Amino acid sequence: MTSVKDIAKLAHLTLTEEELKLYSKQFEAILGYIDQLNKVDTKGVTPTFQTIDDTTNIFREDKVLPGLTQDQALSAAKKTHDGYFIADHVFDPKVTKKAVTHTPREKQDNLGAILTKVDPKGTVGHKDLFCTKGVETSAGSNVLSGYIPQYSATLVNQFEEIGLKTKYKLNQDAWGHGSSGENSDFFPTQNPWDKKRVAGGSSSGSGAAVAAGEVDISTGTDTCGSIRMPSAYCNLTGLKPTYGALSRYGVIAFASSLDCPGIMTTSAEKLKKTFKSVTKKDSLDATSQSSIRDNVETKTIKTIGIPKEFLSEGIDKEIKEITLKASKDLEKAGFKVKYVSLPHAELAIAAYYIIAPVEASSNLARYDGVRYGNDRTHFGPEAKRRIMLGTFASSAGYADKYYEQAAKVRTLIINDFKKAFESVDAILAPVSPTVPFLLGEKVDDPLKLYLMDIYTAPASLAGVPSLSLPCGFSQELPVGMQLIAPRWNDLKLLELAEKYQELTDWHKKKPNI
Amino acid sequence: MKKQPIIGMEIHVELSTNSKMFCSCPADHFAKTPNSQTCPVCLGLPGAMPVPNKKAIDDVITIGLALNCKVNQLSKFDRKHYFYPDLPKGYQISQYDQPFSENGYLVLDSGKKVGITRVHLEEDTAKLIHKKIDGKQVSLVDFNRSGVPLVEIVTEPDLETPEETKEFLKKIHHLIKTLGVSNADMEKGSMRLEANISIGDPDNLPDYKVEIKNVNSFRYITNAINYEIKRQTELLKQNETPVQETRGWDRIKGLTFSQRKKESEDDYRYFPEPDIPPIKLEKEQIEALRSKLPKLPQEIISGLIDLEIKPEFAKLIGKDKKLVDLLSELIKDKDVDPNKLASFFVNGRLDPNGSIGSIRDSYLEQTKTGITDSDLIGNLVTKIIKENEKAVTAYKQGNQNAIGPLIGQVIALSKGQADPVTVRQVLTKKLK
Repeated sequence: MTSVKDIAKLAHLTLTEEELKLYSKQFEAILGYIDQLNKVDTKGVTPTFQTIDDTTNIFREDKVLPGLTQDQALSAAKKTHDGYFIADHVFDPKVTKKAVTHTPREKQDNLGAILTKVDPKGTVGHKDLFCTKGVETSAGSNVLSGYIPQYSATLVNQFEEIGLKTKYKLNQDAWGHGSSGENSDFFPTQNPWDKKRVAGGSSSGSGAAVAAGEVDISTGTDTCGSIRMPSAYCNLTGLKPTYGALSRYGVIAFASSLDCPGIMTTSAEKLKKTFKSVTKKDSLDATSQSSIRDNVETKTIKTIGIPKEFLSEGIDKEIKEITLKASKDLEKAGFKVKYVSLPHAELAIAAYYIIAPVEASSNLARYDGVRYGNDRTHFGPEAKRRIMLGTFASSAGYADKYYEQAAKVRTLIINDFKKAFESVDAILAPVSPTVPFLLGEKVDDPLKLYLMDIYTAPASLAGVPSLSLPCGFSQELPVGMQLIAPRWNDLKLLELAEKYQELTDWHKKKPNI
Repeated sequence: MKKQPIIGMEIHVELSTNSKMFCSCPADHFAKTPNSQTCPVCLGLPGAMPVPNKKAIDDVITIGLALNCKVNQLSKFDRKHYFYPDLPKGYQISQYDQPFSENGYLVLDSGKKVGITRVHLEEDTAKLIHKKIDGKQVSLVDFNRSGVPLVEIVTEPDLETPEETKEFLKKIHHLIKTLGVSNADMEKGSMRLEANISIGDPDNLPDYKVEIKNVNSFRYITNAINYEIKRQTELLKQNETPVQETRGWDRIKGLTFSQRKKESEDDYRYFPEPDIPPIKLEKEQIEALRSKLPKLPQEIISGLIDLEIKPEFAKLIGKDKKLVDLLSELIKDKDVDPNKLASFFVNGRLDPNGSIGSIRDSYLEQTKTGITDSDLIGNLVTKIIKENEKAVTAYKQGNQNAIGPLIGQVIALSKGQADPVTVRQVLTKKLK
């Protein structure tokens, strides 16, 4: 295998000797797990690189529109000269002795949910991946600490247009890398239900801030459960929409073919109202595509399927019971419930941990500290790990074995859903195999932490909508379930959740703070 | 085993679209205030996303069609990764395995077909100025050029001599200008040349090649190739294999010099650009673009030859759109002989920058034959007018044709020496 040192060079990362040693060890474990992909027969399977319903030919007309002034362009750069940016002439990363250190950032609240207070009259909190013009946007990373964007994300503007002004910028796992919130470069977010426990990630601040009543509604992004996990762990209703249903423009990219900006709040009813007013095609995001959505026939949900693979091994016993209880409640309310099979779902994590790091290593290549932010030595350990992993999996000689194979397995997972949706209108599944775990419990074992996403990964890879909503408590901690539907059936899912929330009051429970 | 120069070219052409490739900033970047034409997309700001320019895609397909390529009905963009301060995103949006067009050719005067491997679309990089500031060597970066649509034309290693390469490049340059998709200005960097050179057997390519980069004139690239052929031949004579590397051209010393050793192929980690849906072209769309192709140089030249213009003049005139336009306008006048006119242009006897009227006058002036002295002709004309009262009256009463026999008599009187055009002018004047 290519040496970790060579990969670091290709990824343009400066690493310490200790880091090199640690990553070598961790890669062995991660790649060992991922190797199951290569046992799958994918002969004749077309790889999936995008879940955009065969959309083609999204273009702009050849028109000039005003851009940034020279001052705006240069405003976030550390060094400029006569209207130019300044880049180091020699541009060569190396192995160093010392890791970069940072002065700790001051907490804004007792949960570590808030990174920046913006406007006390505001009503919405945005995950710090959403660019906000004139307001610091850090992505939870020391690389962007102090960065003031020159423009706002389309969604931030859309929220303002419907009267939802920004109150806070919220903490998160740096770049969206994590399911616990502990990968924030600044401080972990604590769960309002039990401050010793994680709030779920990567949209950890978005979960904790709404659960603690700091804001009524928040935005998050979900690449592999990053809205659904904190929603489940903080007793919220959170939607990972159909891929493409909400604009990604101005939302800092983690893994472009998977990233779904979404909304978290306290009920399906509120969520539906806001979602409806912001789901539009954005001419600045070529993968947003409401024109197709408008033509898609959506189905009223009558039959609900439970994927049998999700309730077999590895799941907490009580969570399994709570999930089945929720399905019984729906059955009582007149829905037909049956078991379905998603045979390739067990490969989702392995496929995800190739596809997402490959795209992440590419999306994080722009952070060189020349035009904005700090240089690449400021990346935290998880970002470095994923950049390294993704660089390796897309490098010459390995791209076929890993990236292409993962993209083929992705197709198999999409086909599983298609098949399941022939016999059911929606799928009900757990969100997390366990209740919120203790802070620090899994930090030393990345693979263990990656496996927390086992139930959220399939819907992400398939680009289908998935809604997380409260369905009970275990050890006095909230438990969430997810409802998954075919693409563009987001509103049908929300209607189903509204019905469930009329029958139950789990979503009304609030933590004692 | 054969041993001969094996030359392939990579040509980059900046398109003259209004806006950039993936954003709405102006594409014309030459000599603009640095960093005054940027936006989140071309500056690679966090969260920004590309949306492709329709016109640029039409233009690259047009170039492909003009080079006899097969246009792919399904294309996509890919990310090509490398780190350099002029590349804001750490990757360039380019095309890897599904370019817009492939497998074309261009015909040289000898009839030889030079294979075109592919014609693809990508984005240009920012501009770097290397400078010492406060004692430290740095690169100043201007992103005005970042994201300008850039077409890459890659040839097969079919070229065998510097002269052939020069002819090929001039033909490409002329073709791009005829298509009107780029100003292809080499001095402004809108057309850039890279040559790959090795010496060996074309049927069994050698395991090295030397790349010459950033040579922006036909003369220098020819000189550089010449030099490189000699250098490599010398090395091979001593049983040494030239190093696989990138070399630059020192135009003052007149030699190539090593810039970067390439131990192996660069690993660009290409993968499909997830932010841009693929591009699907219907056959009708491709045919519509083909039908809009302007007359291409080869067609223009054969059209000129059809007018009985000598081939050597036709080739020279055919390369200059302005001359072709002037010529086709001027030959509407029956007194203008196409081949004579062409020869006058080629020999510099006519100034193509004058008005069409002044060029016509100058042509007629230069093609007058015989006696043109108007006093001398005046005397002859007066004599004939006196002798032909009948015809004169008829002319004065409106019979325009009556002037013909009068001209004939004047010329006869001069024993065929008088210039007919001058005779006509003097006669018309006197009969008023």
